[in-house]
Amino acid sequence: MLSIKDLHASINGKEILKGFGLEVKPGEVHAIMGPNGTGKSTLANILAGKQDYDVTEGTVTFQGKDLLDMAPEERAREGVFLAFQYPVEIPGVSIANFMKASLNEVRKHRDLQPLDAVEFLKVMKEKMRFVEIDEKLMRRAVNEGFSGGEKKRNEIFQMAMLEPTLSILDETDSGLDIDALRIVANGVNKLKNENNAFIVITHYQRLLDYIVPDFVHVMYNGRIVKSGGKELALELEAKGYDWIKQEVDATV
Amino acid sequence: MAEEIDIIDQVTQSDYKYGFVTNVESDNAKVGLSEDTVRFISAKKNEPEWMLEWRLKAYKAWLQMTEPTWPNVHYPKIDYQKIIYYAAPKPKKVLNSLDEVDPEILETFKKLGIPMEEQKILAGVAVDVVMDSVSVKTTYKEKLKELGIIFCSMSDAIKDYPELVQKYIGSVVPVRDNYFAALNSAVFSDGSFCYIPKGTRCPMELSTYFRINEANTGQFERTLLIADEGSYVSYLEGCTAPMRDENQLHAAVVELVAMDNAEIKYSTVQNWYPGNKEGKGGIYNFVTKRGICQGINSKISWTQVETGSAITWKYPSVVLKGENSIGEFYSVAVTNNYQQADTGTKMIHIGKNTRSRIVSKGISAGKSQNSYRGLVKVNPNAENAYNFSQCDSLLIGDRCGAHTFPYLEVSNKSAKVEHEATTSKIGEDILFYCNQRGLSTETAVQLIINGYCKEVFQHLPMEFAAEAQKLLAVSLEGSVG
Repeated sequence: MLSIKDLHASINGKEILKGFGLEVKPGEVHAIMGPNGTGKSTLANILAGKQDYDVTEGTVTFQGKDLLDMAPEERAREGVFLAFQYPVEIPGVSIANFMKASLNEVRKHRDLQPLDAVEFLKVMKEKMRFVEIDEKLMRRAVNEGFSGGEKKRNEIFQMAMLEPTLSILDETDSGLDIDALRIVANGVNKLKNENNAFIVITHYQRLLDYIVPDFVHVMYNGRIVKSGGKELALELEAKGYDWIKQEVDATV
Repeated sequence: MAEEIDIIDQVTQSDYKYGFVTNVESDNAKVGLSEDTVRFISAKKNEPEWMLEWRLKAYKAWLQMTEPTWPNVHYPKIDYQKIIYYAAPKPKKVLNSLDEVDPEILETFKKLGIPMEEQKILAGVAVDVVMDSVSVKTTYKEKLKELGIIFCSMSDAIKDYPELVQKYIGSVVPVRDNYFAALNSAVFSDGSFCYIPKGTRCPMELSTYFRINEANTGQFERTLLIADEGSYVSYLEGCTAPMRDENQLHAAVVELVAMDNAEIKYSTVQNWYPGNKEGKGGIYNFVTKRGICQGINSKISWTQVETGSAITWKYPSVVLKGENSIGEFYSVAVTNNYQQADTGTKMIHIGKNTRSRIVSKGISAGKSQNSYRGLVKVNPNAENAYNFSQCDSLLIGDRCGAHTFPYLEVSNKSAKVEHEATTSKIGEDILFYCNQRGLSTETAVQLIINGYCKEVFQHLPMEFAAEAQKLLAVSLEGSVG
């Protein structure tokens, strides 16, 4: 589904990704862990199409297409979803209106008819229950005055609405209390099927108690330095990142 | 950041879609302004002596006045002696149907997307079309006449209803009110006149389309609208203008009078040529609009969507004289490229228990400057006056400016005045977020703008609201990246 090969990327001349590679197949959940400043969020942003980065080397293929060649909105319509680490506020646009416009763009791309207001409302209410979001929030402007937890749940709600093929969760667990964490994780688990895939970026093992990954990758200094099964996450939790750093730095 | 600017340029630099010129022969005044010009205009229009006297008085007042410099706008000095003050299409015999209207004029309206025929039939809108200063055609007059409603050109009103005109013209905006009002009073070419008799509810939206169509011709409309006791009227004003290289001065005056229990709703969608991407050309729109709530329980509501003009200087105001009277101002002002707008309102509370509400939404894109300037004045006798003001600014990109100048003068202790203001920016991060949800940048901007302006749009008549949304989309096309 997703094939990242030898990806190098920089921002303002500073190289952040230094030969990143990853293969994701349908039905898989990949966790990417690693200390601060190793390029995890950069990776998420580049996959979603943020313009600030220069990709200097490497390829990203998504379902046979060159992902880097697509505009951000095309990527989204093709089924790439990014749950933002810091979701922005969109003044004056209610979540309902926002999601209606968004969903209909995605449906159009999939050659589906747009949903009419009644159908849309039905789908929306269903998905809202799914992430336990208060219906009152739907009339509010997107993320305006939302608590940290509400913002993150709103991301998962949007993911549930758009049913993406590849979802990237960029530190969705940061700043969440245990209940919110459970809700977010439940959302992901319910959405998971054999046709879609998830890349879960996180600092802590905590989220992985709820979302069980098929693969855990440790990212350090712009690339993956260690991969393993879910037990790797537990090992990291126990030992911290220093032993990996030392291991990597010793070999350089 | 460079990327963002590029995209903003793309979006903001779509061409003005209504730039074209109609070849209609004109009957022009000589270039420049003098007492002779005023006499020429008055004579051309076969005006009675009192009207000429009034114009001359205004002209003399204007000579002693100076152009205001306090607005937050900049433009080269206007040479008032280089303007043609009167231009009219060659007079034709009285027209009974659209077939008799100059086909070229009809063609112009078609380009503007004003389906006059359909409008008459479908929308039930009576259109008083002002084309280069002279009313070409007044429709629905007969039907309105049955109700005693007068809706005609100002020129006709001066001839047919001299006592009404004489009584009310200049009663809300006096000749000496300001520099541009004085100029207008001296040389006004035409405009609309409307009188709604006692207890009458005007059954249709009254509508006027203005169009400036003569190179170098200042356009000086004069509109007077009187709603007698217990009456109601909704009035629409919408405009577009052809593309021009030289700046065109427009100084209109609109006066509204609401008697006891009367209500006037005045809606404007303004889309005059804003100048090109480099800021060349475009209309100077220096307008004085004011209404007076003369009677008890009367209400005047201004709703405006301003997207055009190179420079806008405009403060639709309400004088709340009658007890319990209500004044409202709902405004969306969009500036793009090099446009400048200094617009807002004045709410003058004189009577007891008067209330006013101001909702102003400014949108700036490109290198434009957008200022809100509003005055809320509560006089000593205005017991329990209440005002609520909401002034929001939205910036698109980082090379435009938004300014807010709220003035409060409260001289009565029982008055309650509330003011809220916000500034937001459609930045790269918001657009990326929308893109990531499958929305193109254009769609995202439209979505945000429409949400942002909703509170104003809902006060526009339905068909106008749709038009306004379309207009905003066109005005900001390509403006956000």
